[in-house]
Amino acid sequence: MHILEVRDITKHFSGIKAVEDVSFRVKEGAVASIIGPNGAGKTTLFNCLTGLTKPTKGSIFLSGNNISGLAPHRIVGFGIARTFQNIRLFREMTVLENVLVSQHLRIRSGMVGAVIRGREFIREEREIRDRAFEYLELVGLEDAADLPSLNLPYGDQRRLEIARALATEPKILLLDEPTAGMNPQETLGIMEIIKRLQGLGKTVIFIEHDMRVVMGISEAIIVLDHGVKIAEGSPDSIKNDPLVIEAYIGRNIFA
Amino acid sequence: MFFQQFINGLTVGSVYALIALGYTMVYGILELINFAHGEIYMLGAYLGIIFFGFFTLTGLTSYSLSLSLALTIILSTAFCSAYGMTVERIAYRPLRNAPRLSPLISAIGMSIFLQNYVMLTQGATDKVFPHIFSTGGFTLFGATATHLQTVIILFSLVLMVSLHLFIRRTRMGKAMRATAQDRIMASLVGINVDTVIIVTFVIGSGLAAVAGIMVAMYYGLVNYSIGYMAGIKAFTAAVLGGIGSIPGAMFGGILLGLVESLGAGYISTEYKDAYAFMVLIVILLIRPSGIFKKSAEEKV
Repeated sequence: MHILEVRDITKHFSGIKAVEDVSFRVKEGAVASIIGPNGAGKTTLFNCLTGLTKPTKGSIFLSGNNISGLAPHRIVGFGIARTFQNIRLFREMTVLENVLVSQHLRIRSGMVGAVIRGREFIREEREIRDRAFEYLELVGLEDAADLPSLNLPYGDQRRLEIARALATEPKILLLDEPTAGMNPQETLGIMEIIKRLQGLGKTVIFIEHDMRVVMGISEAIIVLDHGVKIAEGSPDSIKNDPLVIEAYIGRNIFA
Repeated sequence: MFFQQFINGLTVGSVYALIALGYTMVYGILELINFAHGEIYMLGAYLGIIFFGFFTLTGLTSYSLSLSLALTIILSTAFCSAYGMTVERIAYRPLRNAPRLSPLISAIGMSIFLQNYVMLTQGATDKVFPHIFSTGGFTLFGATATHLQTVIILFSLVLMVSLHLFIRRTRMGKAMRATAQDRIMASLVGINVDTVIIVTFVIGSGLAAVAGIMVAMYYGLVNYSIGYMAGIKAFTAAVLGGIGSIPGAMFGGILLGLVESLGAGYISTEYKDAYAFMVLIVILLIRPSGIFKKSAEEKV
């Protein structure tokens, strides 16, 4: 069963072809990665998937619903969440608040409830808090809940981004270079978190340059170069694909 | 004299603070200086006169003064919120992703349009808001706070506390804070940014409407150009407190009112408008990002 189907997604920026006719499918519960040299169109593809940019053409199906061109908050509602390559936390909020704000969408009681603070509201408020702590535990930040997010060390900020994305209750998580700038120890931690996400039944798609991570945990790999998909397959088949080696010419990335 | 000027300053300052909140909230979320905001305040004053006049004609005022006053405030606030929403919809939303100068110019255009719209439909002469509060009041340290002044100060205080609780305690408030910090990220955690922006304009315009009615009652006279000076003063108040900061706008407004009033009392009334800007210059020299902002933090 494919949860995500991307058909002929194309994105042109005033003549520059950032992404050109890219199609692929991802199985539900899979861990897939998108690799490619700098400027290959990986982040643009993520932006199309999350509604930050409207694709020039093509369609994106999430569990059968065409979501291409929808507003970002609607796509979140359908079940796609993401993190950024350069961390984008709500800097003036605490760690816990960053996670709480993401549950906005899944909340029932509205304004009236917040003012009256009835039993139903308080019960829901507690549920939300408990769930937020579950997400924080999953990334190992439960003890940091009340710290300002700004004060977290770099690696923890990345973990918090994942917890926050998870709080929107997505079916698919898109992680843009989740291990960028991390030391080997922290990188292992992120790999562990991705495994846990998969254990929860989430589909994870991530952009990554670190080939140990890519080869270590992805079941499927999509390779982009100059906006075009040049290869797709299992880690083993990608490793030996002449086109991929060509794209990374001069660099033995699989060492 | 000090206490008398203090009470007068507090009254005017509360009004500045209410208007300043609209500037600071819109700036916080859109990084746009809504130059049409002073005009919304002016519309509030006019709408107050219109609705109150209507209730007087229909006899409601002589039946119950407080009911007609309450209805006047509610209806004017609702109308001003609708004006604010419309301004956002037609003048700012189409330019959301345009270079920053474009919505600024559009805001100035809106301001000119609204002023002329009121001048053409209501005339260029002053309109009068009837005196409905008795002249008496409380005497404190030899100074008198009239009933109207007391109402203005207390009502503004209630509104400011409510706004603070709304921002801190409700989910919409949390969504507003998230949107102010990072609009794109807010949309990616499922917040409908358009709704947040509309709510911001509705609240800001509503507060300006209340300010307009209170000023109409306080000075008794209203004309189509009052939005200009009040807008600039309130904007100054917002910058003084640190634009984008809600407590800053409240504090800045009250400080400005006090400075003006005490300056007028102790130095000279002639330069009343100049004191406000002198304070602004001094604060900007010492703390360029305003009193309540930590530092000139780059907005991401």
